Amino acid sequence: MMELFEMMLTTSLWAAVIRIATPLIFATLGELICERAGVLNLGIEGIMTIGAMAGWIWVYQGGDLWGGIIFAAIVGMIFGFLHSILVVYLGLSQHVSGIGITLLASSISYYAYTLLIPFSTTPPKIVPFSAFEVPILSSIPILGQALFHQSALTYLSYVLVIVTFFVLYKMPIGLTIRMAGENPVANEAQGINVLLIRTGAVMVGSAMMAIGGAFLTMSAFDAFYFGMINGRGWICIALVIFASWRPGKAFLGAILFALFEALQVRAQLIGADVIPYQIFSMMPYFLSILAMMLVARKAAYPKALLVPFRQGDRI
Amino acid sequence: MRINTRTNTPVWLIALLPILSIGVAFIIGACFILWAGESPFKAYAALIKGSLGSTFAITESLARATPLIFTGLAAAVAFRAKFWNIGAEGQLYCGAMAATLVGTGVIDLPAPIMIPMLFIAGAVAGCLILLVPVVLKTHMKVDEVVTTLLLNFVILLFVNMLLEGPWKDPMAMGWPQAARIIDNGVLPTIVAKSRLHLGIIVALIMSVLMWAILRFTVWGYEIRAVGHNQQASTFYGISINKSVLMVALFSGGLAGMAGVSEVAGLKGYLTLTLSPGFGYTGIAVAMLAQLHPIGVIISAIFLASIYVGADAMSRTIDIPNYIADILVAISLLSVLVGAMLTRYRIVWGK
Repeated sequence: MMELFEMMLTTSLWAAVIRIATPLIFATLGELICERAGVLNLGIEGIMTIGAMAGWIWVYQGGDLWGGIIFAAIVGMIFGFLHSILVVYLGLSQHVSGIGITLLASSISYYAYTLLIPFSTTPPKIVPFSAFEVPILSSIPILGQALFHQSALTYLSYVLVIVTFFVLYKMPIGLTIRMAGENPVANEAQGINVLLIRTGAVMVGSAMMAIGGAFLTMSAFDAFYFGMINGRGWICIALVIFASWRPGKAFLGAILFALFEALQVRAQLIGADVIPYQIFSMMPYFLSILAMMLVARKAAYPKALLVPFRQGDRI
Repeated sequence: MRINTRTNTPVWLIALLPILSIGVAFIIGACFILWAGESPFKAYAALIKGSLGSTFAITESLARATPLIFTGLAAAVAFRAKFWNIGAEGQLYCGAMAATLVGTGVIDLPAPIMIPMLFIAGAVAGCLILLVPVVLKTHMKVDEVVTTLLLNFVILLFVNMLLEGPWKDPMAMGWPQAARIIDNGVLPTIVAKSRLHLGIIVALIMSVLMWAILRFTVWGYEIRAVGHNQQASTFYGISINKSVLMVALFSGGLAGMAGVSEVAGLKGYLTLTLSPGFGYTGIAVAMLAQLHPIGVIISAIFLASIYVGADAMSRTIDIPNYIADILVAISLLSVLVGAMLTRYRIVWGK
């Protein structure tokens, strides 16, 4: 027990927590924006995969890192747009369409990677984002180094939490987005194009998911592996529910989740002889299910989530 | 743009829909082949030759279709009741584990008893694992999509643990695979010199059985009613929880049988590469069949030929075999759009 307590006080643990949390923050915020506008985006897993692939390929082919991030975001947006056409404009099942988007985006990622990168046993690498220290803030004991000695993308994720909160709660457009997810008829009564608002939200959300994926290949690691998203997208869907669709809680949820993940990885090293590592690796998935069980009963789903809207419909 | 309900839908349109969808997929897929710098005609010719060009190719396609019929049925039954079971992949592995548990020498009975026993064990295992998301949904209102998806990863890790630990076959020269199914448990091949095995007969029987259950029994009626309108079903005294439970029993059981069929039929032993995503492809199979159990047979064979053909194609032409996944994903999305167009009409302008 003392060991665990001491471990909680080390900078390296918290630095790892932030590293693990960053892609989750991006993707959870992205999914949150989609769902706030009334659209479940199960394409998340595939969009993260293609974001990871697209950003990495961009840099591998000689582009610069930020160009890669923008490219990943654009690719994510394209798939978000496709999802919107299917579920917003045509009103198809959001579940099946989302799974279809995931299958499509991940198979295109693997196809493109196999096509563009000659086969080798060790995957080729790029020079990823490097960490830099934020002056003053990084000198806070323990947490300073963990929070403010990270890659630029991590700082971007902090900023996005604040921006998402500000836009959703403090700006008229945010109210419109939330209304599209709660009561789209009221939106239409004001002369607002619900379909357009939902499409926009899904596209912005998908871009954020793709950046979350790109963080993995361009900052956390330096190569693209098959199956590297490994259910992170699905975990983010659980996190959105756990966070009751609030950006601040989503941030805290991602950190909490990443803390367990980081502890799990350390426990794997200590307990390897007694307990098979797979037991520890299962923990994130169990934890997501547990998190959903905790909040499920009182979860206040956006009322129009999963409900297609047809212009001119009356209740 | 407005969307109006069609008052009547021509039957030929519904029948033609899956074919049109696959056509659309092949047209869009051609762009990906052109990207790889190859001729789509040459590629598709190789694909068709590889999947239907010889007796061996056809038996390979049918062997690949076998698990897809099971997982396609699993998805079709569940989606009929709007229960989103995306966990067929995990349930398949549970069935495979059950078959390994029962079939590797603990009991040795004559084949006519042994084989049904393996299928029952697999079906029970598939059901039991799906009960977790079902109970969480009916008793705690936890969304089943995420739980079934997450359990897939848990189950795969569990299989991995068994294969690297207690179940590792010492005779397998270090490969993580379990012991072989004993001779009496192995599904015999039904075409000489091929890998097509008894599993496909079981799959066909299950399709007809599921069709009959959905069409003629009270259970089937309740499942369909719940899928159409939950409120109305409750009003008529149908217990939603009971029908969801019923669906889960069928759906999980069918997916579990897919695992049995692969372990006892195709591979002979349990490995981590048992299923290249049969559970997920099952969703595409079910949607292309428009959730009809008999249609599942046709669409499973169709998609299986695409996979087998793409494997053959990638050996002769320099196109990654992931093209098959792309084609299947696009067919899934286009059949969704198509199904919607048969029910509604899009009116452009005001």
